[in-house]
Amino acid sequence: MKYYHKEETANGQAKSPVKTEYISGAEAVLKCLLAEGVDTIFGYPGGAIMPVYDALYDYQDQINHILPRHEQGAIHAAEGYARVTRQTGVCMATSGPGALNLATGIADAIMDSVPLVCITGQVFSHVLGSDAFQETDVIGCTNSISKWNCQITRPEQIPEAFAKAFYIANSGRPGPVVIDITKDAQNGKFDFSYQSTKYIRSYHPLPKPKKDAIQNAADLINAAKKPFILAGHGIQIAGAQEEFKTFVEKTGIPLGCTIHGLSSIPNSHPLHMGMLGMHGNYGPNIKTNECDVLIAIGMRFDDRVTGKLSEYATQAKVIHIEIDPSEINKNVHADVAVLADAKDALKALIPLVKKKSYPEWYAEFAACDKMEYEKVIQRDMQANAKNEMRMGQVVKEVSDQTKGQAVVVTDVGQHQMVAARYYNYLSTNQWVSSGGAGTMGYGLPAAFGAKYAQPEREVVCFVGDGGFQMTLQELGMCSQWNVGVKIVLLDNNYLGMVRQWQQLFFDRRYSSVELQNPDFLKIAEGFGVKGRHITDPKDLKEAVAEMLAFDGPYLLHVSVEKEENIFPMVPSGCSISDTRLE
Amino acid sequence: MENKEYTLSVFSENKVGLLNRVVSIFTRRYVNIESLNTSESSMTDVYRYTIVVTTTEEMVKKLCAQLEKQIEVLKAFYYENDEIVYQEIALYKVPTAVFLEGNHVEKLIRAHNARILDIEKEYIVLEKTGHKSETEALLRELEQIGIYEFVRSGRISITRPMEQLNNYLKTLEAHQNVN
Ligand SMILES: Cc1ncc(C[n+]2csc(CCOP(=O)(O)OP(=O)(O)O)c2C)c(N)n1
Ligand SMILES: [Mg+2]
Repeated sequence: MKYYHKEETANGQAKSPVKTEYISGAEAVLKCLLAEGVDTIFGYPGGAIMPVYDALYDYQDQINHILPRHEQGAIHAAEGYARVTRQTGVCMATSGPGALNLATGIADAIMDSVPLVCITGQVFSHVLGSDAFQETDVIGCTNSISKWNCQITRPEQIPEAFAKAFYIANSGRPGPVVIDITKDAQNGKFDFSYQSTKYIRSYHPLPKPKKDAIQNAADLINAAKKPFILAGHGIQIAGAQEEFKTFVEKTGIPLGCTIHGLSSIPNSHPLHMGMLGMHGNYGPNIKTNECDVLIAIGMRFDDRVTGKLSEYATQAKVIHIEIDPSEINKNVHADVAVLADAKDALKALIPLVKKKSYPEWYAEFAACDKMEYEKVIQRDMQANAKNEMRMGQVVKEVSDQTKGQAVVVTDVGQHQMVAARYYNYLSTNQWVSSGGAGTMGYGLPAAFGAKYAQPEREVVCFVGDGGFQMTLQELGMCSQWNVGVKIVLLDNNYLGMVRQWQQLFFDRRYSSVELQNPDFLKIAEGFGVKGRHITDPKDLKEAVAEMLAFDGPYLLHVSVEKEENIFPMVPSGCSISDTRLE
Repeated sequence: MENKEYTLSVFSENKVGLLNRVVSIFTRRYVNIESLNTSESSMTDVYRYTIVVTTTEEMVKKLCAQLEKQIEVLKAFYYENDEIVYQEIALYKVPTAVFLEGNHVEKLIRAHNARILDIEKEYIVLEKTGHKSETEALLRELEQIGIYEFVRSGRISITRPMEQLNNYLKTLEAHQNVN
């Protein structure tokens, strides 16, 4: 039933008529999603969300619903989707265990600034607080891991909550929001109309860069002798890749990327000196403690980047360009803080900075690169004495064959660091990984989401044998939707990253890090996913080619050196000046 | 950096569950909330939290930044004690019998500027407003003659500088009209 509802304004004039429809809350949820341009939901049904699933039955032609094998799979898929498209990912689950299975992903998304709208079903409002079947306090549980959350107990609350949710999730510093809807609010009918919003009185996500801050930043930059740029996730989130390139080229300032800053500028750029952080490149870490002006753009000085804070860049004047005010002076004192998104800030800065070049300074980075190459990279690129493959070698092969253009998704561990270090990122928005939270099990479902969102791109997922087993049931999701994720399982038969720490810092006391692994190919086969296992480096090239040529999901199981260590390494709690090469 | 007593004034929209978020900002950073009071402010729809903590200025700045990061928080201010006028209220329940013995109690009430709220056969309820040290001082004295019950409210405070929030909200609304 459709009718028009006229609103009178205070002075008696009729406003333009607002079209409303008398529909259920459940159907309203779908209409809100459609109004926000959502085409895909990653979700898992259950009692408290059944009305929405029932409504979905009639909307299958307008909205895709992807069924994972676990709610964690749904939310990581939504994250993967959001990471490559920079649009809000949507996931849905039932109350209680369903909602709690989303929790890891919500925490992951807030750490890595991923825009998500998470919809959870809730028990009837009249039994809230009575420990009803599958009742959990979703709002209470998600308070500290969501950017915003709200509970809906009446259908009329739905449109405004969704409008706010989508605005909040993907404005300012993006993050996950949670909407918890009681079953009676889904069942109840009301006059539905929808208006998206870009205004919340208490929320000001896009501060404009202040003129004096920009001028102060430009003055520091123009006077610098050894400036260095730290490029964070914020550049790609703001879509500021072009501005960033212009800024870098005009100022001639060398840069290092944080792990999520990867692919904000191609690796091939001569001023790109590599990655920062615990397993980053030698030069960027060492030179952070030697530069005179540090320009941090859209990054938050995570402890994996800074190492020991009291010995981090103490010699440098720090310019911090950041959209989230709570990050300014949180870990590192900013001499100049530019509160703005990277795009606006760089646009304002570019005309004020001088064209410069620092040949001697570049040479210092080159010297570091040479050391790192001789001590680490060269070794990582070849098989060991026992003819066992090294992870770096595998990643390099995939990188070469995909010409640096693939979306690289990883799980968490040694293979993740190797994928960050040795893939040659030449495109953009091509790094999808769990950084802040370090969530094992992230890789496969996130890769699904990325590939589902952008089927035209090659999506390669590097996983470890440990993390793969946390969510490998999502092979079922890949198979059911025939989503051609290329999974490269780097199998060292160990929880490698933990083993490395035990070797280096706990006297080789290997405590619960060795796995008895299954026959991964049989598992893949069971899910209808094709695969191949290689152990000999001579098969690598051809196996990667076969994988890439295959149309559909594919598992390449590579047995690699068991006790490989990742270097360079800034041991936790140490200064970045003490980066170890061996 | 040295620890000091700070009073935070946090202004927010009225939203169920926000208190939970506010509190966890402190507990997550292992900062003890010494007192917390919530009420409506002079502006309809705007709620006001008054929170007392003892910590460093660096930490209190970070707390304010985290508070303002909450979507429904309009603004968070922090003050040292000399920048605010503040009060707490305390109630004391004491046995009526001791009151009837001489004028000892009357002197106490006068000296502490307390007042009697209620007189029953068995007990009398006294009220005193003041700083913590003042309500505490009366408590110590009453303890000597016997006390049934004692309760002290959270701190409420008014800033010495003219209220900044009214102006802030006006600029917000002006901003909205531009948009
Ligand atoms: C959910 C979760 N549990 C535990 C950890 C701690 N952890 C970090 S890396 C790692 C080992 C990962 O092993 P694997 O997946 O085989 O990768 P590898 O390091 O061997 O490449 C562990 C256990 C984590 N990051 N996430
Ligand atoms: Mg492993």
